[in-house]
Amino acid sequence: MKNLVEVKNIKKNYGKNEAVKGISFKIKEDEILGLLGPNGSGKTTTIGMLLGLLKPTSGEILINGQKLEGNRIEILEQINFISPYIELPKKLTVKQNLTVYGKLYKINNINERIEFLSKKLRLEGLLNSITGELSSGQKNRVSLAKALINEPKVLLLDEPTASLDPEVGDFVRSFLEDYKKEKKISILLASHNMNEVTRLCKSILMMKDGIIIDKGNPDELINKHGRKNLEEVFLKLSRSKNELN
Amino acid sequence: MYGLFLRHFYLITRSFPRVLDLVYWPTIQITLWGFISNFFATHTTYYNNAVGVILTCAILYDFLFRTSIGFNMLFLEEIWSRNFTNLFIAPMKIGEILTSLVATALIRALIGLIPAVLLTSPLFGISILDLGIFLFFLFLSLYLFGITLGILVSAGLLRYGPSFENIAWSTMFLLAPFGCIYYPIEILPEVFQKIAYLLPLVYIFEEARNILINQTVDIQNIYYAFLWNGVYFVLSIVLFYYSFNVAKNKGTLINMGE
Repeated sequence: MKNLVEVKNIKKNYGKNEAVKGISFKIKEDEILGLLGPNGSGKTTTIGMLLGLLKPTSGEILINGQKLEGNRIEILEQINFISPYIELPKKLTVKQNLTVYGKLYKINNINERIEFLSKKLRLEGLLNSITGELSSGQKNRVSLAKALINEPKVLLLDEPTASLDPEVGDFVRSFLEDYKKEKKISILLASHNMNEVTRLCKSILMMKDGIIIDKGNPDELINKHGRKNLEEVFLKLSRSKNELN
Repeated sequence: MYGLFLRHFYLITRSFPRVLDLVYWPTIQITLWGFISNFFATHTTYYNNAVGVILTCAILYDFLFRTSIGFNMLFLEEIWSRNFTNLFIAPMKIGEILTSLVATALIRALIGLIPAVLLTSPLFGISILDLGIFLFFLFLSLYLFGITLGILVSAGLLRYGPSFENIAWSTMFLLAPFGCIYYPIEILPEVFQKIAYLLPLVYIFEEARNILINQTVDIQNIYYAFLWNGVYFVLSIVLFYYSFNVAKNKGTLINMGE
């Protein structure tokens, strides 16, 4: 399998504060990599660097074989992002929002794409609704539709099911599993929902204080640390001194 | 009660733009109206033969104001709606973002301007079209300066984040006393005159008054207005790119709107 994301020893300093201290990882196509870590561990900074919103102090990021540095626009065409901390314009209808982003991502057949995504994400009845008037679950699905409007090869997800009820959360997880399998995309999933990570991810990176302190698949990590589940592993690692760089 | 006071006090003391905002408005209002009052007190017959001069200048200034604020609003709306990150991760060059904002700001300003121009004639018997073909150059010059201010403020928003918002509302008022919108430049103290000559506004409004009152055209005023506009426009673009790079280093782009 081809590596769609390659991160090579990236560091990010904010003045004297070292937010990310030289991490490396790869994400293959058709793979979901979980990024776990307590608040302030450097997850958001890492995602920001992958999106080109933050310039690494040093190191290199390659997306689909292309260096991010110097190819920002070409790479942004191939990736997308969803986070509960960013929203779509509230006063536009769902269809208007998706059309705007379809244009920004230079999609040729926008209406077909919107129709396809609205069927997949149960948005057909909501296309003419005002985005700001939707429920959290509906907004989440609209954001997901926006994140898939450009058929990204790499999808970055920051807490994609935060604040969703179990039914919608389960729907989103199933959708992501199916979509990844069907389109062979790479997904980086930052989440604090350990059940979600256990279900979706074959491999996990544990971050703390800007470094990767452990990695492996969920079962390996659970066995290695002698814990019952991933949440206990997370708690152990979050509270311990850094184990592995 | 004290807690609520503290909540706002902490907010003010942690943000230089907010402190500046508190000092800034009274100072600017007093300065601007001081010069206007001074002018009318000492030049009571200046506008005797040209009733529409003040109204024409007000319309021109409003066009500048709408253009600049319109540009800022487009940028701020993305921050308020927490859509900012979505935009900056879309595959758009900075030049493309600026161009689309510049074009949209023009449309917004024209939507506001056209009814105002149409109303002045039936209501006050005055037509801004009396400025003739040179009206186009004056509007173009004001549009360029309005856009330039918009880009400068947006650069500040990128660099300093949403707390720079207050500056966005006040840039036009800061420049109003130096712009000599309602009075000739001679009314300003000498130091202020030197500053005013570094802005395109003074040439635009001096020329508008010159055409309406003296019925003559001074091409040099229009030339200097475009010259200074060119200088500030290039400066604003450079500053915007610089601020974008600073924001990428500081992380402002991911925290914007939170």
